[in-house]
Amino acid sequence: MGRAPQDTPAGVGTYLLLATTMLFAAFPLYWMFVIATSNDEALAQIPPAVIPGDRFLVNLDEVFSLQDVYFAASLINSVIVSTVVTVSMLFFCSLAGFAFAKLRFAGSRWLMLFVVLTLTVPNQLGVVALYIVMGKLGWNGTLLAVIVPGLVTAFGVFYMRQFILNTVPDELIESARMDGATTMRVYRSIVLPAIRPALAVLGLLTFVATWNDFQWPLITLGGTDYPTSMVAISDLASGNYVIYRRVLAGAFVATIPLLIMLFIGGRQIVRGIMEGAVKS
Amino acid sequence: MSTTRAAPASSGRRAAAGRHGHGTDPDHRRPSWRDRLYRFDMRYMPYVLIAPFFLIFLVFGLFPLIFNGVIALRNYRLDDPTLTGWAGLANFRQLFGDDDFWNALYNTFGIFLLSSVPQLLLALIVASLLNRRLRAQTWWRVGVLLPYVTPIVASTMVFSVFFSRDFGMANWVLGLFGIGDDDPINWRADKLHAWIAIATMVNWKWIGYNALLYLAAMQSIPRDVYEAAAVDGAGPWRQLWRITVPMIQPVIVFTVILSTIGGFQLFIEPMLFDLNAQAATGGPNGEWQTIAQLIYKVGWKDLNLGYAAAMSWALFLIILVVAGINTLLTNRLSGGRSR
Repeated sequence: MGRAPQDTPAGVGTYLLLATTMLFAAFPLYWMFVIATSNDEALAQIPPAVIPGDRFLVNLDEVFSLQDVYFAASLINSVIVSTVVTVSMLFFCSLAGFAFAKLRFAGSRWLMLFVVLTLTVPNQLGVVALYIVMGKLGWNGTLLAVIVPGLVTAFGVFYMRQFILNTVPDELIESARMDGATTMRVYRSIVLPAIRPALAVLGLLTFVATWNDFQWPLITLGGTDYPTSMVAISDLASGNYVIYRRVLAGAFVATIPLLIMLFIGGRQIVRGIMEGAVKS
Repeated sequence: MSTTRAAPASSGRRAAAGRHGHGTDPDHRRPSWRDRLYRFDMRYMPYVLIAPFFLIFLVFGLFPLIFNGVIALRNYRLDDPTLTGWAGLANFRQLFGDDDFWNALYNTFGIFLLSSVPQLLLALIVASLLNRRLRAQTWWRVGVLLPYVTPIVASTMVFSVFFSRDFGMANWVLGLFGIGDDDPINWRADKLHAWIAIATMVNWKWIGYNALLYLAAMQSIPRDVYEAAAVDGAGPWRQLWRITVPMIQPVIVFTVILSTIGGFQLFIEPMLFDLNAQAATGGPNGEWQTIAQLIYKVGWKDLNLGYAAAMSWALFLIILVVAGINTLLTNRLSGGRSR
C-alpha cells in the first residue's frame, strides 16, 4: 500500500496509456512512410490511407533526380556538417572540460562561471550579426558558415566538466604526473578512456541537433544549389503545386539516420537527457 | 577540487637533471628545454585547452549578440548598400508603430501558451506513468523520444498535411465525433485554428523530452515520503500533485524556462505550415507569423538587416522578461508551500 510509485508494479491501465502515448509519438513517422510509398491519390483518400504502398523506390528516384534540388548532395552536406561538428564538439569540449575539472590555473573559477552564464545566451538572437560576420569572412553560402559556430558549445564544456569531475580519480592523474606525463598525455591515456560513455551521449545529442538544424542553414545556405538536407526538404515543399509523396519521401530518408541512432544509442540518449536534468 | 600541481614530480625531475648536469650547480643553471616545456605544460596548457571554446564563442556567439545591438542602431539594408550610418533609435521607434511586429508578438505569445501549458502537463503525466515499475522500461523511455529525434522540418510537413481542410486526418478524426461534418475546419483560415495546429506540432515534439526530465527528478524523491503519504490516505493522483510536483519543482522551473526560450524563437513550424513558405508571412494575413519568422522576413526578404536586428534585440529582452515572470509564477504555483 505505502509504496513509492517507482516500486509499484504498473497495472494494465498504465500500459494502455503508455501504449497510446507511443501510438501518438510514432504515428506521424509511420504516416510519413505511408505517403512516401504511395501514389498521388493516397493523400485524398477518405478514410485516410494507413497501409504503405509499393512506390517507395519510384518516389525516391523522383526525389533524387530532381534537377533543381540536388537532394543527394544535400544529404552528403548534412553528413559532412553533422560529422565534423560532432567530432569537434567531442574533442574540444572534453579538452576544456578536463581543464576545468582537473587542472589548476589562474582565473579558472571565473572562466567557468563565464561558461555557465553563456549557457543562457540564445545564439539564434544574433543571427543578423552572425550573417554579417560570415559575410565579412566570405563564408556565407559555404558549409564553413554552418560548421564553425557549432564546433564547441558551452553546454558541451559544462557537460564534460561535470562528468570528468565525478568519474576521473585525482589519484590516477597525480600518479601519471609523477611518471612525468604531460597534460596531453594524461588526457589521452587517463581521461579519454574514462569518459567514453559521456562522449557517446554528447555525440548523439550533438549529431541529432546539428542534423535537424534549420533556421541558420536556411539563412546562410538558402538559395544556394547545395544546402543541407533540411533546407532541401523545405525547397521540395515550395512552389505552387507541392507533390507531398516526394516531400515526405525525402523527409523520410533524412530521418532514417536519426532513427538508426535512436535504435542503437537510445539508452545513452535517454541517460544523457535524464542526467542533464538532475544536474541543472 | 583537484591538485595536479605535482610538486614532488618537479623535485624528482630536478634531481634527475642534476645527475645529467654538466657539473654546474643545478639551482643556478639555465632551465633546460625539457624544463621549459614542462613549465609551459603546467602553467599554460590549461589555457590552450579552453581556448577553442572561448575563441569560437566570443567570435560567433557573444560578439554577434552584442554587434546585433549596434546594427540595430544603424541603417543596414542589403538592397541599398549606400544607405549607411547611424539610425539612432529609428529602428526601435519603427518597431513600436509596426503592426506586423505586434501581430507577430501576439501570435508568438498565443502559440507559446497553447503549446507550453499542455506540453508540460502532459509531460508530467507521461513521466508519472514511466515512473512505475515497468516491464521493458528502457523500451518505453526510448519510445517517447521518437518525436525528439524526428527533424522538425520533416514532422511539420506531415502535420501540415494532417491539418489540410479537405482530406486532412485531423478533420477526418473530428468528423468521427461529428465535429465539422458539413463544414470542415479550415486550419489556415484564422488565428485560433492555426495556433492550435502549430501548438500541436510543438507539443508532439517536446512532451517525451520533458517527460524524461521530470522522470529523472521523480526518481530522486525519497521513497519514504510516499509511504508517509499513503499512510495518510493519499491516492496516486493526490500524491502526484501534493508530493511529486512540489518535490520536482526545480526541474519544472527549468522546463518552463526552456520552453519559454524555445517557444519565443519558434520558427520552423510556422514557417513550413504555410503553403507559401518562401514568403515567410505566416498565412495570407500573418495569422500565425511568429517573431522569429518576421525577423527572417524583414532581414532576408525585405533585406532590411538593421530593422531585423532591432527586432531580435527586442525579442531577446522580451524573452528575458517573460522567462523571469514565468520563473516567479512557477515558483509560486508549484513550490511556494514546500519550504
